Amino acid sequence: MEIREIIDYLKAYDGPQIKLMEVCGTHTAAIFKNGIRSLISPKIKLISGPGCPVCVTPTAYIDKCAEYAMAENTELLTYGDMMKVPGTHGSLSDLKGDGAKVTLMYSPFEAVEKAEAHPDITYAVAAVGFETTAPSYALMIDEASKRGLTNIRLVTALKTVMPALKWICDNQPDIDGFICPGHVSVITGCEQYRYIADNYHKPMVVCGFEAEHILAVIYELVRQIERGEAKVVNLYKNAVRWEGNVKAQDILRKCFESGEAMWRGLGAIPDSGLYLTGEYAKYDGGSKGLVKDMKLPEGCSCGSVIIGKINPDECPMFGKACTPMDPYGPCMVSAEGACGIWYRNR
Amino acid sequence: MCVALPGKILSIDGQMAKADFSGNVVNVNTGLIEPKVGDYVLVHAGCAIEIMAEDKAQELIDLFNEIDELERA
Ligand code: SF4
Repeated sequence: MEIREIIDYLKAYDGPQIKLMEVCGTHTAAIFKNGIRSLISPKIKLISGPGCPVCVTPTAYIDKCAEYAMAENTELLTYGDMMKVPGTHGSLSDLKGDGAKVTLMYSPFEAVEKAEAHPDITYAVAAVGFETTAPSYALMIDEASKRGLTNIRLVTALKTVMPALKWICDNQPDIDGFICPGHVSVITGCEQYRYIADNYHKPMVVCGFEAEHILAVIYELVRQIERGEAKVVNLYKNAVRWEGNVKAQDILRKCFESGEAMWRGLGAIPDSGLYLTGEYAKYDGGSKGLVKDMKLPEGCSCGSVIIGKINPDECPMFGKACTPMDPYGPCMVSAEGACGIWYRNR
Repeated sequence: MCVALPGKILSIDGQMAKADFSGNVVNVNTGLIEPKVGDYVLVHAGCAIEIMAEDKAQELIDLFNEIDELERA
């Protein structure tokens, strides 16, 4: 099969409307970058899913991080994406202006070096992410434990994708198939998606981030839907093994247990969060029970955007009262948020 | 957030390695995989999460062959 044939097929598609969800924000960005929507029939709708861990982080979590940043002899380490997410008393970026100690990190391992160099300071690490990210936090905490460090806390808002996919299938049943998140699948493998394929009869296809990958995944999903199939297929074999990264899965199991977690816009989802456990529990920075969330600002439709009910440009605030420079809702805040990606690619 | 980028392993020292990202050399933790010097690895948050097949052209040929096979199945 040639790429040309795939594009011709997808362009000419004239069957019943098909809704495909790309779970991962990186796919949303790649779909825009490659102009994929202009290459396929308007009858194939691509919906952006909840695949931005920053956008789904609730107010209570930001407030917890802010508490650490304001406490004495304590410093908060975070990725830049988190800086603008609104908390009850403003964002971390606002608080930094008021003297909060917030330092940007590029890798969680920086916390170990800092904690060793400055034993009198406690380093609170804002650990936000999905399965792609969680193993690096697990390795970091394992290293801190091996070195006997006591001045690190992990404030985890680490989440797993499967409970959210189930939630979406239960609450937004008209999605016909899923473009599974490529780099989450590197860790988890593909077998987990069989649950959705079998129980909800949705095709689940894993793919990479090149234009060819994305066209191939759309083609495969459309063909399965036309044939009435719901199979799990891996089209990202040079990075994703069917069984995933077993070593990473082992360290995740060793360091974390799952529990309820709050998703901004969706609500609390059972078993969707990862919390430190066993000998590592002493490093937990008070991550559990952070379920309080500010109501989404009046008029913000993020709750509908992340489950694919509407596209970002259907929100009345989009591009008017809500832009990346002056975000109104969480999906506009992060580089991977659906609204932010749509805005930058208008 | 879940973006991972491929880099080439230049040297390995215990659980740490130096990897080249189009000219930028970065320290990466290799606790999740067992790479060799010269391997391409996918790196996320300072951590190598998988060894990648390096031949991109071949990968796309395999991808389209796979689609053919799925059509025939
Ligand atoms: S455009 Fe802004 S206000 Fe509207 S859904 Fe997106 S983030 Fe919320």
